[in-house]
Amino acid sequence: MLTVDSISIQYEKKTVIQDFSFSVQEGEIVSIIGPNGSGKSTILKAISRQLAPSKGDIKLQGVNISKLGRKETARQMCMLSQRNTAPEDMTVYDLVSYGRYPHKRWFEKLAEKDEKIIEWALEKTNMTQFKEKRIAMLSGGESQRAWIAMALSQQPKILLLDEPTTYLDISHQHEVLELVQELNREMNMTVIMVLHDLNQASYYSNRIVVVQNGKKQSCGTPEQVMTTDMVKNVYRMNCEINCNCNDKKPRIHLLNSTKVRGGISVDKAN
Amino acid sequence: MMHSRNRVVVTVTFALVVVMAIIAIGLGSVRVPIPDILQALFHASSSHVNDTIIFDIRLPRVLLALIIGANIAISGAILQAVMGNPLADPGLTGVTSGAAVAVLTIMLVMPEYTSFIPIAAFIGGIIAASIVYSLAWKKRGLSPISIILAGVAVNALCGGVVGYLSIMYSDRLPSAVQWMNGSLAAKGNHVLWMVLPYSIVGWIASIFAIRKTNIIKLGDQVASNLGENVNMIRILLSILAVFLAATSVAAIGMIGFVGLIVPHMARFLVGSNYKYLLPMSMALGALVLLIADTGGRTIVAPLEIPAGIVMAVIGGPYFLYLMRRSVF
Repeated sequence: MLTVDSISIQYEKKTVIQDFSFSVQEGEIVSIIGPNGSGKSTILKAISRQLAPSKGDIKLQGVNISKLGRKETARQMCMLSQRNTAPEDMTVYDLVSYGRYPHKRWFEKLAEKDEKIIEWALEKTNMTQFKEKRIAMLSGGESQRAWIAMALSQQPKILLLDEPTTYLDISHQHEVLELVQELNREMNMTVIMVLHDLNQASYYSNRIVVVQNGKKQSCGTPEQVMTTDMVKNVYRMNCEINCNCNDKKPRIHLLNSTKVRGGISVDKAN
Repeated sequence: MMHSRNRVVVTVTFALVVVMAIIAIGLGSVRVPIPDILQALFHASSSHVNDTIIFDIRLPRVLLALIIGANIAISGAILQAVMGNPLADPGLTGVTSGAAVAVLTIMLVMPEYTSFIPIAAFIGGIIAASIVYSLAWKKRGLSPISIILAGVAVNALCGGVVGYLSIMYSDRLPSAVQWMNGSLAAKGNHVLWMVLPYSIVGWIASIFAIRKTNIIKLGDQVASNLGENVNMIRILLSILAVFLAATSVAAIGMIGFVGLIVPHMARFLVGSNYKYLLPMSMALGALVLLIADTGGRTIVAPLEIPAGIVMAVIGGPYFLYLMRRSVF
């Protein structure tokens, strides 16, 4: 579905991502994890065409994304960032309706078909009851759901989520990720997301990509990727890993930092 | 619900503009009663004197105030969205003074090229806007403070050029003084016919700009996600805003504050959806400048205060009030 082929990305002459490759199959949930500043979000920005890679290609169903039209890209992919701002007095319905614009030409108005899709997106995200409410009046979880509804009304094949849970409390985090999983299962929507929480990544993803210093550290199923060595190498944390009894997904218990006071790493050899 | 309420508010405001326009036609050294105005406008002439007063003096002036007010207000509303900044207005950002320098240069230095004034104003405004953008643009977009600072710099620079031109060409200055103060006095039909076509082009472009303006207000990332070329939209909308402001400068000189306060008033009344905010700004801008001009010519009659000065007197305190309420 989507192939990232050895891309490098530079920010003002500084190389942030180096020779990075991975691919995503249709209907997969892939999480990108890694420490702060490792380049996770940069990769998502490159996929959503906000940054152009200096080297390498990103292909969507075999076509280089830089050759796709902007609106065409918008019909295929939709990216949501960790925090979005809408004008204070915009209603949920109006926000969600903007998702239809990539499907419209510049003079076209919303047709009945578009309105049906908007209603459907509201229903899917459980936002129908809030449709006349202003975005500013919603709680963090509700507003994130409103933005996901907008993404849904765009009807993308791939949903890109940049830390969708960062500003939410744990129950709202859970709610958003459950919704993502539901969309994936029911509509076969491909999801690529950047997550901070290792357990969430492990629980909700088919595959995980670990990024460290702009390079791919490892990639695979949660069982393959989530190892004590990976956590020690990438996050400098000691941990225990056991398995969730129901679904056999690894569960990580962080113990302590491998760094001693003064910032000198105990296991520098690693 | 919100939508139908807003539609009513916008319609009522437009109706108010028409009513005010008719009242303003009647006011002046010779009062014309409203029935006579209506008769002259919609039927054959009532009396020859009334016809002359209405069609040659009052009506062009009233229409000019309406058109210019609408243009500056739309320009301000668009700039506020494009720059993501509630302080962006053609005056504070220096667009107006950039256009004014260009117009003054033609008026004083090359009076034989008077017909190029609208184009010169547009070019001057574009240059000023480009300077503001290049000075205020930081990595994370335009910050309110840097826009104002860049505007101060451009305004100061333009003020210097205006001062220089005034001294070097002081013999030709009287013809330009009224224009510099933003006066609608004695403009007549020819100025009206000069700005009308440009304004109509600007208004039509504004209608097409509504959707793009709304999308750009969702933020650069969301806009590009919806398949829009954000930088291109920003450039095109800025050109439109400068175009509208420049036509006004070319016609009647510098009028401040309309572009700043009218969009705020409109936002207060109909919210931030440009589907309503833009027509509302248009109507309110027309209304505000008409009131400023009519007030200016009647309060101290037979003397006249230029509309630009009236706007500065009303606009300054309103600006302070906005700051106090920390709208920015």
